[in-house]
Amino acid sequence: MKLRELAHSRTGDKGNISNISVIAHDPAQYPILEKYVTAEVVKEFFAEIVKGDVIRYTLPNIGALNFVLYSALGGGVTRTLSLDAHGKGLSSALMNLEIPLEE
Amino acid sequence: MRTIRIGSGAGYSGDRIEPAVELVEKGDIQYLIFECLAERTIAIAQQAKMKDPNAGYDGLLAQRMEAVLLGCKEKGIKIITNMGAANPIAGAQKIKEIAQQLGISGLKIAAVTGDDVVDVVRGGEYTILETGEKLSTIKDNIVSANAYLGTRPIVEALRNDADVIITGRVADPALFMAPLLYEFNWSEENWDIMGQGTVIGHLLECAGQITGGYFADPGYKDVQGLARLGFPIAQVQEDGTFVITKVPGSGGNVTLATCKEQLLYEIHNPAAYITPDVVADFTGVAFTQVGENEIQVTGGKGQPKTESLKVSIGYVDSYMGEGQISYAGPGAVNRGKLALEIVEERLKLIGVLYQELKLDLIGIDSLHGSNLSKTDHEPYEVRARVTGRTQNMKEAVRIGNEVETLYTNGPAGGGGATKSAKQVVAMVSALVPRSLINYKLHYEVI
Repeated sequence: MKLRELAHSRTGDKGNISNISVIAHDPAQYPILEKYVTAEVVKEFFAEIVKGDVIRYTLPNIGALNFVLYSALGGGVTRTLSLDAHGKGLSSALMNLEIPLEE
Repeated sequence: MRTIRIGSGAGYSGDRIEPAVELVEKGDIQYLIFECLAERTIAIAQQAKMKDPNAGYDGLLAQRMEAVLLGCKEKGIKIITNMGAANPIAGAQKIKEIAQQLGISGLKIAAVTGDDVVDVVRGGEYTILETGEKLSTIKDNIVSANAYLGTRPIVEALRNDADVIITGRVADPALFMAPLLYEFNWSEENWDIMGQGTVIGHLLECAGQITGGYFADPGYKDVQGLARLGFPIAQVQEDGTFVITKVPGSGGNVTLATCKEQLLYEIHNPAAYITPDVVADFTGVAFTQVGENEIQVTGGKGQPKTESLKVSIGYVDSYMGEGQISYAGPGAVNRGKLALEIVEERLKLIGVLYQELKLDLIGIDSLHGSNLSKTDHEPYEVRARVTGRTQNMKEAVRIGNEVETLYTNGPAGGGGATKSAKQVVAMVSALVPRSLINYKLHYEVI
């Protein structure tokens, strides 16, 4: 199953750092996100793009995760040669992540 | 309990103007906030001011004020904005001029200055937060340095009966929190209420993003009426509890999902969101649907503010040249790849000096690289893009030129070539002690 079926997401940028929220459509499914969408998984998913660490923050009160991706934006919006200068599309990209179907 | 209604009239400098007019006409608001200052805008505005001392404020300032000033004056709605950018005083004078043209009298306009600390950062030694290097390494190239001010100057201007307040660099949430501190007499050392006020500001600062803008994903997240999206209103009680809503009948939706996305927008650690006024904690925030397009928000908390203020520093970093050309029909991808190879080889052959080069096939891998974009589908068309960073404008121009020469020297059927070159003003930040930063207020009265 694609992450898109379970969650929605928005990306923000600050300098060369991107943050990606992952929010359960149904808060009851938040534990699945917490289990499968780890910092390691996200770091691996964006291996070609993210040069630094990935840190995950949890917000169980709203059924959401927040990922902070360091050195992810080619120097940041003012310096990057990338067309996706703000990394605005990274949240959509992450929605393609495969999540194992729960037993 | 008394409530204050605050409307968000713009989420960025180029934002639509009609939703703010709709807020003035039908929003039953007491405050209209325009947040129009992105990180690098102030550096570019500073360069404009160096050329013309009366320039350096937001390019849409006049248009926005012409659209809302009369309605705000008639209804007693106060306006707070950071459209002053690098020149709030010139911005205030422009607002005065527009008010006079509209026949408005009895208007007090306050300009907040003191955020410009370029002399302070040039005079001391500070560490660049992003790289850990010393600021002196870029000293000669610095074009601007602006500290993020907090709520204090705005609250003082409100106490002095200002109707319109125009600032330069101020933390975005402070624009929204200041009227609450003024109206409800909140203590600026009540860290929990300051944290909750930061939640209000953070949710409203991007305007349409919480009413369904930047949210729609057809079939998964549908939003109605995006062409006439309504901008948000926070209806705030004295205890800080508030409801996010919008003008009835306007486009968009305020839902639990739009609120959650906005809460985390551009946030790092949600337990410690650092602003000049408070270190806010969003981890206890709760959203409750209390009506159609009405979401109640509670639970923001906070810790004492930090001893230093963040300063955003703009400097001339490099130059960037770019060229693009399109290919269509069978074999478009291979011709696009060949075009990129040719340009890369040409740049070496003629000795263009660049520090960094990026080769993209738009429609294939230009946004996020080749791993995430793997496909066996051959698109009908692709656009080849070459962009590079250089140390001067002359070299930057040569990159686009080499793409353009593919017209008669490259693969078959290339068309629609474009080229450009620009100076890159980049941003870094540093922390500066609060004691070195003092705001000032300047008033224009008619």
